[in-house]
Amino acid sequence: MKLTVWTYEGPPHVGAMRVATAMEGLHYVLHAPQGDTYADLLFTMIERRDHRPPVTYTTFEARDLGADTAEIFKTAAREAHERFQPEAMIVGASCTAELIQDDPAGLAKALALPCPVIPLELPSYTKKESWGAAETFYQIVRHLADRNLDRLSFQTGRPSCNILGPTALGFRNRDDVREIAGLLSDLGIDVNVVAPLGATPADITRLGAADFNVVLYPETGEAAARWLEKTFGQPRTTTVPMGHGATLDFIAEIGALLEKDFSAYEPPHANMPWWSRSVDSTYLTGKRVFIFGDASHAIAAARVTDEEMGFEVVGLGCYNREFARDLRAAAQKYGVEPLITDDYLDVEAAIAEAQPELVLGTQMERHIAKRLGVGCAVISAPAHVQDFPARYSPVMGFEGANTLFDTWVHPLVMGLEEHLLGMFREDFEFSDEAGPSHLAAHGEAARPVPAPASNIIQWDSEAERELKKIPFFVRGKARRNTEKYAAEQHLDRISIDTLYDAKAHYGR
Amino acid sequence: MTELTLPARNGACDTPPIPDIIKQRGQREVFCGLTGIVWLHRKIQDAFFLVVGSRTCAHLIQSAAGVMIFAEPRFATAIIEERDLAGMADANEELDKTVDRLLARRPDIKLLFLVGSCPSEVIKLDLSRAAERLSKRFHPDVRILNYSGSGIETTFTEGEDACLASLVPGLPEPTGDSPELMVVGALADVVEDQFARLFAAMGIETVHFLPARRDADMPPVGPNTRFLLAQPFLRDTAIALSGRGARHIAAPFPLGAEGTTAWLQAAASAFDVDPETFHKVTEMPAARARRALEKYRETLAGKSVFFFPDSQLEPPLARFLARECGMALSEVGTPYLHKTHLAEELTLLPDGTQLSEGQDVDRQLDRCLEAAPDITVCGLGLANPLEAEGLTTKWAIELVFTPIQGYEQAGDLAELFARPLVRKRRLAV
Repeated sequence: MKLTVWTYEGPPHVGAMRVATAMEGLHYVLHAPQGDTYADLLFTMIERRDHRPPVTYTTFEARDLGADTAEIFKTAAREAHERFQPEAMIVGASCTAELIQDDPAGLAKALALPCPVIPLELPSYTKKESWGAAETFYQIVRHLADRNLDRLSFQTGRPSCNILGPTALGFRNRDDVREIAGLLSDLGIDVNVVAPLGATPADITRLGAADFNVVLYPETGEAAARWLEKTFGQPRTTTVPMGHGATLDFIAEIGALLEKDFSAYEPPHANMPWWSRSVDSTYLTGKRVFIFGDASHAIAAARVTDEEMGFEVVGLGCYNREFARDLRAAAQKYGVEPLITDDYLDVEAAIAEAQPELVLGTQMERHIAKRLGVGCAVISAPAHVQDFPARYSPVMGFEGANTLFDTWVHPLVMGLEEHLLGMFREDFEFSDEAGPSHLAAHGEAARPVPAPASNIIQWDSEAERELKKIPFFVRGKARRNTEKYAAEQHLDRISIDTLYDAKAHYGR
Repeated sequence: MTELTLPARNGACDTPPIPDIIKQRGQREVFCGLTGIVWLHRKIQDAFFLVVGSRTCAHLIQSAAGVMIFAEPRFATAIIEERDLAGMADANEELDKTVDRLLARRPDIKLLFLVGSCPSEVIKLDLSRAAERLSKRFHPDVRILNYSGSGIETTFTEGEDACLASLVPGLPEPTGDSPELMVVGALADVVEDQFARLFAAMGIETVHFLPARRDADMPPVGPNTRFLLAQPFLRDTAIALSGRGARHIAAPFPLGAEGTTAWLQAAASAFDVDPETFHKVTEMPAARARRALEKYRETLAGKSVFFFPDSQLEPPLARFLARECGMALSEVGTPYLHKTHLAEELTLLPDGTQLSEGQDVDRQLDRCLEAAPDITVCGLGLANPLEAEGLTTKWAIELVFTPIQGYEQAGDLAELFARPLVRKRRLAV
């Protein structure tokens, strides 16, 4: 048993729902007890979907367990087909139905419904949501993709690709797809099918007509892309085009796949490099950033943090173990300890320990950062309703890089403001705990970062008062550095001199 | 799916005919009983709720709670894993270890509920024995109880019923034998305080609330206890209290000015409060409640409302909307209709009210779209899809998470229904 307070991922059947809800013309019959319908609200509320997810829940009860739950499944599947007339169906069990072993696959087959029925085996007690989405998409592709198609490019003379991986409830997937499709179009590449988002089962049959696959979200798209590579000889991209440099690499990777030279391509709205190089951004230099999310977004965010914003990566982690190896490699590159966990308490402890000035994370980290009084921007699912904006706001491609610059700078105290706070800390009208002045929502004082329990080294009261003159957003770092310095110097008390000795030793 | 219709009442000739209750079986778009933890863990301040279940259970509670991390919450899920199922780990040992870890981290916890779920019920993990075993270990620091919030046995608010029922056997004996009043069902603290003041003003000396805000303050119960239900979904709790000798005071529920007066009146009669005192105590707040309602009547009167089943609060809410706000009832769906506890409510409903119990959501949606009500009360999974169809909706869950009982909240309750209509009127997009 595992003690869990908040979870980053739901069960694997929620992953299947993310695929089914993203698609059109597909219906999911889920053998499940009353209550599992809660998952509908994730889509209708968080993502503001205007349709119910295409899911029929069998809703068995305790009194059915001794009787015939299999019959309930068959009735539900038959009636769902009649009512919704889907092009194809997926069938499976939620965690409780898995235990009663009714075999939805066999039962659905016995019904001989007049549409393809794809059985899903999603082990609820070992796997989680992202895996469930990837497996579901892979099964749909494997069952439906037509193996006897000619390449579209034979007719058109232009290369074509599929965009794989976007799902319902994915972080900015709607806008990333639009941005990357636009980029591909600029490069003279046709998009054959985008899937699962917006695809019908009929579209899935046409996947084989593309020359290659763009894997936008490895967490959900890679399993299917690997199968397509093996079965249809379609190569796949491995660069996630999030950030300016990654987008250039992505273009170069496609160039290599197609044996074309795209180096002359000039992106029309790539503002981010200049915004970052311009002098106003100098104050961003070396800001401490903690990054946590799904592996692909976290790794991409780390590169942007380091190379494109001039921040310092002080923590890097992901909640999905399936991609732990990639994350470990990235963490090594930035010289930080990789944090691979789905326990949010571990993440909270790591963030408090690292004392970052900015957290890039999921909605969980947003709450953690709020509690610690640190700025935060969301970069990955799971995300809340405010992270599904009305406006066009991709995080991939060149416009995505612009978005990242804006949204990551936003939570920070601005350059000149930061200096004024440092200089005139004692001004009675200056509450340095009020947070950045352009963020009204931060008007309430951030709770002070709890001082680490240092029961060995004592602070002189004068030194403690001096520490309070340092703006709160760097105070934690100053305290930590000073204590570290004192420990190295084998001091048992911290005086004002120790504080400034440490400052001289560590720099800002 | 299967359909059967039952007569609403064993028709005595003098009662007006009311339509047969619609009873359908199919997909239910409702929460399971685990959801009650979202408010119960705030109500009982030194209690912790440990769900023994799956990742789905953990995901459900945080989704229902809207992932609002105010503080480290006083609930968690012990997620059953493959090794527990395969017998590689002894589930009871694993549970004990989990409880050890939890209580070591939260020494402030005095009352721990082990909450059963669908998977724990299906694998027949005996949580009552686990609670007994662990209680002995942690006595006297922590009390450990168990109940089931599983979806195969409980719908949404029935989780609170199961939780409160589990508290009843451990409630202390009363110290004296003078009559005492117990108000049963979790209420917002502010509402509880208002009721306590009203009862005190009437001269009812001893008034207890179940659940209490702290474990040490859980009320005594015995043959001198008369209990008044503040919520309509407390079937098992009422049975358990009766088992301890307590007697139920039949009453409508304290929603709206009329409902609150009738509810208070039932207690007043049971405690021989003289009519003049009762009038004096209730006159002013009742008039204030009616004034507050007046503001919203204009918006609500003549409008039709359709209830999807959610919390069992639907019949009293419908009664309030029909009688005090002048609304027309299109269909009043409820997950379960407790005919005894709702007897007073059912007689107050307008003639011809169409009730439905249980759910086949697809067919109910057909009926709702056909009826095209002015406002539809439904769960979060249905609200936006219905809005997209042009209907105006009210999220049912807000009626459970908002203080709505009592005189001072009558206006707020009406406002919850008026707001979507006002919004629809305002918007030009």
